[in-house]
Amino acid sequence: MNGPLIKFLKQHPSVLIFLTILSMFTVLISIGSEAFGYGFVSTSLVKTLGKTLCFCLIALAMDLVWGYCGILSLGHFAFFGLGGYMIGMWLMYERTRLIVMESAQNAQLPMTTQEIQDAIGTQIFGVVGGSEFPVIWAFSHLFWVQLLLVILVPGLLALIFGWLAFRSRVTGVYLSILTQAMTLALALYLFQNDSGLRGNNGLSGLQNLPGLEGTAQSVISMWFFWGSAFALGMGYLLVKLLTESKIGNVIRGIRDDEQRVRFLGYNVEVYKLFIFTITAIIAAIGGALYYPQAGIINPAEIAPIASIYLAVWVAIGGRGRLYGAVIGAAVVSLLSSWFTGGQAPNIPLGFATLNWVDWWLVLLGLSFVIVTLYAPKGIGGLFDKLTKGGTS
Amino acid sequence: MFRIILFALCCLVHTNIASAQGTFQDLVQYHAPNIIKGSVKTAPPVITDIQNFGGPVATDFLLAWQSKELWFRKSDDRLITVTTTDKKTYTLLDLQTGDAIGSATKSEIKQIKPNSGLRGMLGTSLVASQLISDDINTRTASLRSLARDPKLTHLAPLRVAVAKETDPDLLVKMTRLERLLTTQYDTNSYERVKAINSFSNDLGLDVRGRLNPILDTQIQLSKTAPDHGKFAQIITPNANGEFTPTDAYAMIVAQGWAEPDITTDEKRQAIINNIENGSVAGIDIKTLDTAQSRDAAYAALAKLGTVPTDVSDADIQAAINTTHFYTTYLEKDPAVVAATIETLDSINTRVGISNTIDLFLDGLSLASIFFLAAIGLAITFGVMGVINMAHGEFIMMGAYTGYLVQQIITNYTLSIIIAIPAAFMVTFAAGVLMERLIIRHLYHRPLETLLATFGVSIALQQLAKNIFGTQARPLTSPDWLGGAWQINDVISISWIRVAIFVLSILFFLMLWFTLNKTRLGLETRAVTQNPRMAASMGINPAKINMLTFGLGSGIAGIAGVAIGLFAKVTSELGSDYIVQSFMTVVVGGVGNIWGTLAGAAMIGFLQKGIEWFNPSNTLAAQTFMIVFIIIFIQFRPRGIIALRGRAAGD
Repeated sequence: MNGPLIKFLKQHPSVLIFLTILSMFTVLISIGSEAFGYGFVSTSLVKTLGKTLCFCLIALAMDLVWGYCGILSLGHFAFFGLGGYMIGMWLMYERTRLIVMESAQNAQLPMTTQEIQDAIGTQIFGVVGGSEFPVIWAFSHLFWVQLLLVILVPGLLALIFGWLAFRSRVTGVYLSILTQAMTLALALYLFQNDSGLRGNNGLSGLQNLPGLEGTAQSVISMWFFWGSAFALGMGYLLVKLLTESKIGNVIRGIRDDEQRVRFLGYNVEVYKLFIFTITAIIAAIGGALYYPQAGIINPAEIAPIASIYLAVWVAIGGRGRLYGAVIGAAVVSLLSSWFTGGQAPNIPLGFATLNWVDWWLVLLGLSFVIVTLYAPKGIGGLFDKLTKGGTS
Repeated sequence: MFRIILFALCCLVHTNIASAQGTFQDLVQYHAPNIIKGSVKTAPPVITDIQNFGGPVATDFLLAWQSKELWFRKSDDRLITVTTTDKKTYTLLDLQTGDAIGSATKSEIKQIKPNSGLRGMLGTSLVASQLISDDINTRTASLRSLARDPKLTHLAPLRVAVAKETDPDLLVKMTRLERLLTTQYDTNSYERVKAINSFSNDLGLDVRGRLNPILDTQIQLSKTAPDHGKFAQIITPNANGEFTPTDAYAMIVAQGWAEPDITTDEKRQAIINNIENGSVAGIDIKTLDTAQSRDAAYAALAKLGTVPTDVSDADIQAAINTTHFYTTYLEKDPAVVAATIETLDSINTRVGISNTIDLFLDGLSLASIFFLAAIGLAITFGVMGVINMAHGEFIMMGAYTGYLVQQIITNYTLSIIIAIPAAFMVTFAAGVLMERLIIRHLYHRPLETLLATFGVSIALQQLAKNIFGTQARPLTSPDWLGGAWQINDVISISWIRVAIFVLSILFFLMLWFTLNKTRLGLETRAVTQNPRMAASMGINPAKINMLTFGLGSGIAGIAGVAIGLFAKVTSELGSDYIVQSFMTVVVGGVGNIWGTLAGAAMIGFLQKGIEWFNPSNTLAAQTFMIVFIIIFIQFRPRGIIALRGRAAGD
């Protein structure tokens, strides 16, 4: 560890606290896991928690772009999904290739490169009535390139979109609507069968890592859990470094009064573009970790509603404070899956039964209204009251 | 020859005897043996006799014969029709009068079952007699059924009928069908050309369906260049075209002019068949994992003589190059072909023009739907600057109100008339309630309004799902809105869309009037521009905001009734429109309803225009439209019609 980082951590003990809690949580789950511990935490729960950590990561990105920079993006799930698609392409290609190669063992002649390619193509695209690889799959056989594309593709999309939007000074609600339109356009595009990404079938079987058929899902799920926890920790550190740097001061200035910052001589557009793009990349990394745990990605994942829920998490958790975003995402998404999963006990009201599967969304919607009206600082605001001192 | 003459003589004799006898029953009894054992050979004189007898009884008889409803009594071969209630005893009915003439058991009578050839013949003769029937309804019905599948055999009876027809409307239709059949079946070239030319202004699909096959071509090949005028088109094989070099070479092979090419699959199979001890012709099969090495192995096999020699690509190319490929028309008559080309050209031009008009109408209709969906937003978002994400849910509430009204009032016309104000009142109340409870606390925090109203939106949507279930509820339009306005064979627009267009024009005028010419409109604009100043002039801003928001919401409710008439009413109805609605307002320009009109027109026409390029893919059209809008905002960030001066403010 180098000097400045330790100094930074000393100045901001909250980072250390967060990282400690996260590590303790990870160790706890590891001890409890079926693969490496006593087995009181089921594999499906490990997967749910791992996915929740990815949600926390994208919530961090959302908090940075909205809570600190004031850009209410309703399209960050598009980047999340794109990241998932990019890693999903490699997973699907490589796994199908292994299957094809295995069946080729029994063939009378060794297969030519063309035959292998055709067989993989038919396996993957047969469902949308094709067998040829679209251009966008050009690098799908190269893990490292595809990994790079996880960052590059969403990053570039954010860069181009952001550049177009910020240079024409689209701000406030207009920008929100525009980002929503962007994610809608992308979802609609991916829904087509000839989009090259299997239309509404999406990419599936992502939980099976190629070459690791012998490894149990309980082990793989732990690897992804550790990966997600590490990414969240690093993401927290990075975002905290950003917000506490000079850039952090400028973007907070932009959030509070964009015109004034511009008149002070700052190039507001560049700052906004930087934040927009970096958060898109963080979101994409979250997606690349999330979808192998979910096992399937389809265009419905990036419908506008998903991005709005993201805003809901951050708002409920408390924007403008990083731990708030993480708590919001974790609490709301876990509660959502608990209630809609039918695990919550129904409440008999005498004249009718309160069925949580049906009524959870109503409750969420209303509580969201109440939080917006009466507790604009969200759950994080409660911490402020307890500790008598906010940071943002 | 002698036989034929004898047969003809027989016919003559039959006819004479038949006409000599009196009743219809006598006539058919005379022919009874031939009717009972009817065949295509013996039937024609019988049918002619019956037709000559004429009248409805003859037609009914032929119909009964054709549809296997004719029976006979075994004891005396008497022809009858029957009815039965229990399938055991049958009541026998007289052919002429239809009166009961007795009863019989199943074993005493037998059904007459003509074969399909005879039934076809009977059908044709029926057409002939129906087309010249005295009853105009019979003639119309028969022509209509004829038009569904006109055949060569119908041409002659049609011509007879055309000569006799007196009703002008029917005559036009009959003549058209006769002309249509003439284009295909007449033996006289001049007649066909004349008939083809007569269709140059006709947009009917049946016309194109008849004329297009005349231009069907087939590919021919020859070693020498074809004579001028003997071919439709010279074609060259193209790897990316419809006629590939593979097709071309296959034709050459079929002619016996060249050896067949060995395909990659055949080579592979041949190699597999000749594997000996893990090698082929001395080559280890493990090395055969490229196309080149396989070719080499196959060549080695060919050298050994076990497989036919492969034709090299150069040889194939040479064979194709030395052969001439051209298409010829299946239709042999050049005058007919020329006339068809000319007529189809003329028809296609007209179809093109009509398609353009149709596209325009489609665009107009889509634009009015967008306008209707967005106009409520134009007030709440455009004039008041309040982002209402629950706007779509107000549309949905309107649609469900319409559905509920229809559950109570079953008369569709009346229920729609009641549903419109009812929907307005329901959503007006909901809007006022929401403004009082939520929005008025957030006037200075537009982003938070967005989030809070989104919370309302998901709550309302789920609430609707809990109450009405997930399945779509019907909102039925009255009969006078059913069907479509058919302008010609290409242009048609459903009446519901016309109604929506009219409704959106009405809304526009009403709203424009309200905002610009009434006290409420004046006060709304004043409060929007400067609430404090307005307040000091004695206007109550809180009241005005409440009313304006209610008005915008109420209009969304009416839009919901209109949209519910053509879309399925589900809890997701509103969210399908919300993004488009915001787009419409933003593109058009915030703060004035002219802008919404312009935005709706642009988005509607644009979407239909993009769809026109790729009709099968409306998803792509929507994608490209949104991308276009994002780019459009670059050049006009404040929309098509931007406010100037102070009102533009922030």
